[in-house]
Amino acid sequence: MAILVFVETSEGHIKKSSLEAISYGAQIGVKLNTTIVAVLIGSSPSEDLTSLGKYGATKVIHVNNNNLQIANIQAYASALQQVTEKEQADIIVLPKSSLTDPVAARLGIKLKAAVVSNVTEVPDTTNGFKVKRAIYTGKAFAEVEIKSTKKILVIKKNAASIKEDGGMASVETFSANVSDHDLQVVQKEVNKATGQVLLPEAEIVVSGGRGLKGPENWGIIEDLAKTLGAATGCSKPVSDMDWRPHHEHVGQTGVKVSPNLYIAVGISGAIQHLAGVNSSKVIVVINKDAEAPFFKAADYGIVGDAFEILPKLNEAFKKALN
Amino acid sequence: MKILVCISHVPDTTSKISFTDNNTKLNTTGVQFIIGPYDEYALARAVEIKESVGAEITVINVGEIDTEPTIRKALAIGADNAVRVNAFPKDAFFVASQIASYAKSTTFDLILMGRESIDFNSGVVHSLVGEMLNIPSVSPVMKLDLNGTKAVVYREIEGGKEVLELSLPFVAGCQEPIAEWKIPNMKGIMSARTKPLVVVEPVAVEEESIYLSFELPTAKSGCKMVDASTPEKLVELLKNEAKVI
Repeated sequence: MAILVFVETSEGHIKKSSLEAISYGAQIGVKLNTTIVAVLIGSSPSEDLTSLGKYGATKVIHVNNNNLQIANIQAYASALQQVTEKEQADIIVLPKSSLTDPVAARLGIKLKAAVVSNVTEVPDTTNGFKVKRAIYTGKAFAEVEIKSTKKILVIKKNAASIKEDGGMASVETFSANVSDHDLQVVQKEVNKATGQVLLPEAEIVVSGGRGLKGPENWGIIEDLAKTLGAATGCSKPVSDMDWRPHHEHVGQTGVKVSPNLYIAVGISGAIQHLAGVNSSKVIVVINKDAEAPFFKAADYGIVGDAFEILPKLNEAFKKALN
Repeated sequence: MKILVCISHVPDTTSKISFTDNNTKLNTTGVQFIIGPYDEYALARAVEIKESVGAEITVINVGEIDTEPTIRKALAIGADNAVRVNAFPKDAFFVASQIASYAKSTTFDLILMGRESIDFNSGVVHSLVGEMLNIPSVSPVMKLDLNGTKAVVYREIEGGKEVLELSLPFVAGCQEPIAEWKIPNMKGIMSARTKPLVVVEPVAVEEESIYLSFELPTAKSGCKMVDASTPEKLVELLKNEAKVI
């Protein structure tokens, strides 16, 4: 048996979350004394696939079908089922994304495997197979014992740190059988912000709230984000008022982020917003209201006018990062 | 046109979460339960479809008797009838198996639910059901337009969206801004009392996972304040103390 790790790409690059997933798989591999097979579907990324060995993969299988160039939930699940069976893998690890949750679910039924998503730690295999997962939108955790022989884990960002102590992986290509039935859902168009740091994967996030008074004032948020190489986010009211696009909405019913640094500007910190940010490592709150509830959930805070503080803060960051 | 809307019965988004019984059960004291917010978007879209092209809406919930007020609210919003599968929703696979089993007994053109429940956040039930029924599943869906038996959906992806075309029947996991939430009117509330709510017993499902215990995250130790006149202090702390830049 092997551990299969799904490697997701974005804009022709292997996502960092995929490298985390390989390192995560490798940590299970050490416990269970088994090898890691990384699986990539679609066109070749710009990175050399043998380099995935560094993160812990022994072998990389590149499923290079022409009809799998565009991510498709059903077809990817079918392809992964075929690779799982070929490699006789019992554990499949996927980095969490808008694609992998649905793919993992469909794969779970095909393989009769339990699907556990939002996993935050490497499993405890001392007595059974137990994983920790985030529930109640990050307000709590659950310990879950998986009983099925095959197991699918969809891991949250930061569930494992990236280790680069491995060697070179071997690479083989594989052609999956994909039926028309798997390709019923047809992609007509993609509208995606390119060249930007994507919010769910960002190491640093700068978010703005109603305190910014209007979409025309977002320049100070964007400037700071640019300095820090950060993604920009916003609160629910801001996205509801169409000041910012919906995919920037951070919170209980929006994007959940887990960056190393979350900077909230002019956001009061409603429970719904906190639910989306509470797995951030360090939280900075800038708000003119000293009583804003967000300060209770923050590590660092500044009480004051964002329009005055942000440009100065931006300059200070520029200096420190140079 | 028959639409099945699957709803979860979850603590209000503002609820403070805590556990009892040696951290094995949610402490429901003072917790208000609601229709899952994402599920409510799914229901609202179903009602819009019913209003524009006509449809019969069935809501289904997997839950014990205490979920009935939540189901009645869905009926007040505009569903025509309801089914409660009389069981505690143990895990995503259990819930999906119950929904798929019911959906097999009555044919639906469209199955809608939220992208995830806000209690267990698995985000997989729609796709489990889709695979169990061998029909497509799409999630998270921000827009869903029907044209006869064809549909165009906008699926949110990291940093944007993709536009997909597919045919009925399929399962969709919904989120805003797919529809405006509907506030039940007096007529809806009155009629909800008499609309049919059928209770069915669960089908047997193999146990794939067991929730052993719950825990709360460790609390923050306190917020260190920096004076507004010296933002460079904050930069220094982030660099040398927190070490995140």
